[in-house]
Amino acid sequence: MMSVISVIHFDLDIIGGIVNTWLKYSNLFIKGLWMTLGIAAAAVAMGSILGSLIGVLSIVETRWKWLNTIIHTLVKVYVTALRGTPILVQLYLIYFFLPEAVWFLKDLPKLFFILLALTLNSSAYVAEIIRGGINSVDKGQTEAARSLGMTSSHNMIYIVFPQAIKSILPALGNEYIMMVKETSLASTLSLHELMFTGTILRNYFLVWQPLFIIAIIYLIVTLILTSLVGMLERRLSVSD
Amino acid sequence: MTDYNHLIETRNLVKDFGKLGVLKGINQHIDKGEVVTIIGPSGSGKSTFLRCLNLLEKPTSGQVIFEGVDISAEHVDINLHRQKIGMVFQLFNVFPHLSVLENITITPKLEKKMPASEAEKKADELLAMIGLSDKKYEYPRKLSGGQKQRLAIVRALAMEPDVMLFDEPTSALDPEMVKEVLDVMLKLVEDGMTCVIVTHEMGFARKVSDRVLFMDDGIIAEEGTPEQLFDHPQNPRTIEFLSKVL
Ligand SMILES: Nc1ncnc2c1ncn2[C@@H]1O[C@H](COP(=O)(O)OP(=O)(O)O)[C@@H](O)[C@H]1O
Ligand SMILES: [Mg+2]
Repeated sequence: MMSVISVIHFDLDIIGGIVNTWLKYSNLFIKGLWMTLGIAAAAVAMGSILGSLIGVLSIVETRWKWLNTIIHTLVKVYVTALRGTPILVQLYLIYFFLPEAVWFLKDLPKLFFILLALTLNSSAYVAEIIRGGINSVDKGQTEAARSLGMTSSHNMIYIVFPQAIKSILPALGNEYIMMVKETSLASTLSLHELMFTGTILRNYFLVWQPLFIIAIIYLIVTLILTSLVGMLERRLSVSD
Repeated sequence: MTDYNHLIETRNLVKDFGKLGVLKGINQHIDKGEVVTIIGPSGSGKSTFLRCLNLLEKPTSGQVIFEGVDISAEHVDINLHRQKIGMVFQLFNVFPHLSVLENITITPKLEKKMPASEAEKKADELLAMIGLSDKKYEYPRKLSGGQKQRLAIVRALAMEPDVMLFDEPTSALDPEMVKEVLDVMLKLVEDGMTCVIVTHEMGFARKVSDRVLFMDDGIIAEEGTPEQLFDHPQNPRTIEFLSKVL
């Protein structure tokens, strides 16, 4: 009976192990979950502010061509670097390098560096979301507005942005869902978010049980968030 | 109070897109109250010419003089001049996120600092003129193509322009909606509005135009009164074009 099935230990009480771990330590998981949701929200919120700024910079046209070139190149470098390297590398660079390089940052709490790294990472993705959202608005809208004599900033604020927001908001929702999952990397820096619950419970010789629970919680959360984003998307698209 | 000869004048207007020469030195003028129609084959530069008149396209060289001011010069506040040059597009370009009323009032309120009540009063009059008063609070998605285009026309009129530019305003419409748009344009012409119209509606062009320009390959190849141009065209290219469209 050397089949695949025989590899699994049938004496292993998978369900029982998971349920017992949950019953005993649910408060730890819940605490971690709140941290996960909170830190992801903070990172995406701050990343959205920074990213909006960068996104707008990426399409801004000043009167001076050379200045445009400089701005657009800097934005491109920033976005490319942050999207082209693993978030774990960014996290470690900021966590280990920054306090050594900048003396007044030395005594700041761990959470500061983690949030900074996640925020910067998020801002690069948000910048692309904003740029894409603005570019998705029909060029005829801007032409009509400008032909009426609207200034380019009024056109952005009153014509383009209100239309761009329809594709931007759902994309920001998806960015938040991504970030909820990415925050698990912070467990490697001993931040007590959801994933770190697993690290803690390993000290109690619970290795795989917490991981199943963690996976299930992430899944439930992302499913809920995904359906919320879907609802938002449908809501926004009716008014077209 | 007019200290200029022509409402709009182009002097040796040239527009290239990269290597492609689209306008090859156009000297034209449009006078106050004049209705000028531009006809010509697709790709000949009609839209580009029109879009140069309000600087939606920046001329490669040459000048656009509007009411005596070279608006193609650097450091001109183009927004102020554009307020007086209305434009109507083939694809309407109404603002989908704004109600019919707001489509009309937003620019006067923003750029002319017109009080909301005054802007709305004006919008009411304009909506009555085009028979869309009952759609005042609707959004454009509830309008037909013809209604959208009529809205686009009065949106431009709300800025009280001195000239209206029309770029094939009926080309994207279902045939049964062409007339309602042409009727609004006819009303403008009767009220003395200066108009520059790019169109394929030859019957309409013949009826309303003081002057017809035939554009071909980036130049005005022939111009004249509707009778001259439609009934006695001289240029072989004009004759060829008219034989295809009439
Ligand atoms: N933004 C642009 N970039 C490059 N080429 C353009 C652009 N706009 C127009 N053209 C080209 O210029 C020529 C004239 O176009 P257009 O003025 O639209 O002609 P018409 O309105 O008479 O059909 C065409 O060959 C067109 O492809
Ligand atoms: Mg055209």
